[in-house]
Amino acid sequence: MANTYELIASYEVGAGGATSVTFSSIPSTYTDLVMAISVRSSRTGVSFDSIGYRFNNSNSGYQERYIYADGSSAASYTDTTISPAGQVWGRFDGGAINAGNTTSNTFTSIALYIPNYIGNSYKSMSYEIASENNATNAIMELSAGLWSNTAAITEIAFRDNNLGNLAQYSTFYLYGVKNA
Amino acid sequence: MPNPTRIEIDCSTGEVKEIELTDAEVAELAYQAELAAEAKAEEERIAAEKAVAKAALLDRLGITEDEAKLLLA
Repeated sequence: MANTYELIASYEVGAGGATSVTFSSIPSTYTDLVMAISVRSSRTGVSFDSIGYRFNNSNSGYQERYIYADGSSAASYTDTTISPAGQVWGRFDGGAINAGNTTSNTFTSIALYIPNYIGNSYKSMSYEIASENNATNAIMELSAGLWSNTAAITEIAFRDNNLGNLAQYSTFYLYGVKNA
Repeated sequence: MPNPTRIEIDCSTGEVKEIELTDAEVAELAYQAELAAEAKAEEERIAAEKAVAKAALLDRLGITEDEAKLLLA
């Protein structure tokens, strides 16, 4: 059982939004990584959007499988990657991030856990996503992911999946866990 | 209006860089968004065509979708 939980870095998106948020030079002094994210997409014309993630600036090896519920239906899916500007990013969800058509100033919460991020095997991860919306349509997802790469994770990046902006007041907290 | 920014946080130093995208990068993002929208529209068009073809076939065979599933089970 983890007996430490230390904040490594955090960021709150400022006015105008951001296309991506990248945490680099992640120290190798922990056993696991945890991220707590509160995020909204500035994309208009849709209720929900997706987020892309990327480890170590790598263009390959991203796979996810998730279960999904939106208030009226439930299902499970295998996620695909996205390829903005010739890059490949993992796709963090199937469209659960609060966007323009959801209640104003509501954000989606994401809890991401990456065990053994400095090990020399492929990197597994799990995450929960819960959107917020003052309507019948709100989404929750539970997912398992794998990055098929043996390198230690030293960089994690996030971006809006549809090339919009991560909205102002979105927050990203990166924690290290020792002795998990 | 300034261009959007990309954020880089160096965890070893705590330094935060807010880098404004160049006009070329903004144009590339817009182009990629357009391509993504076109790809999605094409996927939806193909899905709609398949749904119409499927409905027409079921109609021609005179069976329901559930009955078709029974045949294939």
